[in-house]
Amino acid sequence: MSAGSPLVPSLAARTRGGGAAVADRPVKIDVEHLNFYYGQKRALEDISIKLRANVVSAFIGPSGCGKSTFLRTLNRMNDIIAGTRVDGTVLIDNVNIYDPKIDVVGLRRRVGMVFQKSNPFPKTIFENVAYGLRINGMATSKAEVHERVEASLRAAALWEEVKDRLHDSALALSGGQQQRLCIARALAVKPKVLLMDEPASALDPIATQHIEELIYDLKKDYTIVIVTHNMQQAARVSDYTAFFWLGRLVEYDRTEKIFTAPAEKLTEDYVTGRFG
Amino acid sequence: MASPSSLPLAAPPDVDAGIARRRVLDLVFQAVALLVLLAVLAALAALVYSILHDGLGRLSWAFLTSYTSRRASQSGVFPALAGSVFIIMLTAAIALPVGVAAAIYLEEYGTRSRIARLIELNIANLAAVPSIIYGLLGLGLFVRVLGFGGSILAGASTLALLVLPVVILSTREALRTVPMSLREGSYALGATKWQTIWYQVLPVALPGILTGLILALSRAIGETAPLITIGALTYVPFLPDSVWSPFTVLPIQIFNWVSRPQVEFAQNAAAAIIVLLVLLLTMNATAIWLRDRFQKRRSS
Repeated sequence: MSAGSPLVPSLAARTRGGGAAVADRPVKIDVEHLNFYYGQKRALEDISIKLRANVVSAFIGPSGCGKSTFLRTLNRMNDIIAGTRVDGTVLIDNVNIYDPKIDVVGLRRRVGMVFQKSNPFPKTIFENVAYGLRINGMATSKAEVHERVEASLRAAALWEEVKDRLHDSALALSGGQQQRLCIARALAVKPKVLLMDEPASALDPIATQHIEELIYDLKKDYTIVIVTHNMQQAARVSDYTAFFWLGRLVEYDRTEKIFTAPAEKLTEDYVTGRFG
Repeated sequence: MASPSSLPLAAPPDVDAGIARRRVLDLVFQAVALLVLLAVLAALAALVYSILHDGLGRLSWAFLTSYTSRRASQSGVFPALAGSVFIIMLTAAIALPVGVAAAIYLEEYGTRSRIARLIELNIANLAAVPSIIYGLLGLGLFVRVLGFGGSILAGASTLALLVLPVVILSTREALRTVPMSLREGSYALGATKWQTIWYQVLPVALPGILTGLILALSRAIGETAPLITIGALTYVPFLPDSVWSPFTVLPIQIFNWVSRPQVEFAQNAAAAIIVLLVLLLTMNATAIWLRDRFQKRRSS
């Protein structure tokens, strides 16, 4: 099976054929000995993991295993929760994002996030996407804003559905459309990394399929990290899978290996549905 | 209670008696509560009836647009009404930015330190301080030290201080209802804290903030004591033309008329009370309308 160019997603790459190319991708996010605390409680224990560029990495594990918390340490979203503390390093493009000199606002612009529950702003569809451009001063003219909004909505596979009602409230969209709008909003500011926290958990199967196809298409331009409860989803969309349990990273490998021949007994028990 | 029941599962008679006694107590309590409610409503109805009965006849366009006069039949509330409207608008203009800014600091920026908790506790206490105390503060600070004199500006500043604790508390409540997910969505796009507050949090909280402000102003519009303390006039033959103008307000005009011995002035007072009531009800209706719109928008 041919590996295929990473820029041209093909059915061949969609199966597990493109493995060699995926393993060759440079490391985008390099986490070393990360611990995370909610007050006195340690929620993440000594996590070390290397996530590669332009691949989809999935985090799986039972509720409360720390996978969402870990995802949120990658754009320092946990900073806004009082009483939390981090030690260890998270290198993104070889820069430690927990360095005191790092500007967290700039970091979050480069590391976008899509949340479990779609959270469009109570504004128009257009304004939802344009907001990130405006606050970051990324588009100066009106035409430029419009162009970027359209490009982002197209990238999120939403343009055709909303192009005639850009100035309607975003809250009038369906759940799946709202979630794709949130993805479009995140893409508008051109992040390098896209973090997705169970992006399809509140959606019906059709909308979920839309999101999964979208994730697949987006990985040629973005490094994607997705947290999911749904193991089939992890198997479908990701190249690499990390299994978390009780705040620890149990196993991290090619998705195919995790689901067919995991090294750890715990992983096997989880992916075969024996617990969780 | 005799127990004619032959059912084997019937409760023993003493338990039945206990239930009957509790039922009676229940009814008694219900009746007392209803009686108290009716008494309060009756008092209110009597008050409104007596005012309408006395004042409705005096109410006319001329009454609204006339200046005060020695002759009761030619007197009107024009300067007092204008003064009340002017002063309440200026109070809102002062209290809104200051109160919202203070609430934003406490709610969004302030840390949960011991000092922050002390400040919070004291704001709640300030809301309960008698208004005459604010009048004395206004007299000392605005009228004397800052040299505003007995002007509209001094009156509005004093009333702004009076409503500030309520505005701060209600603004904090409104900010707290803005869902965290909205803030996170904004932060995740690289927004600063201020951008998030200004573009996302405040627009959503605004109807709640305005509701709180209007209800606070409804309290201020009926205030007499602090304005008399800072030297508001009781006889004003002109309209206030700037913030430095001397002034009077409806409650002071009412107070002035009520203290006259003539029956005609008592009728004027009743008519002025109706004007004040209508003003108040309009403000409260606006507050309710805003709140409804707010709830509708959030549920859609």
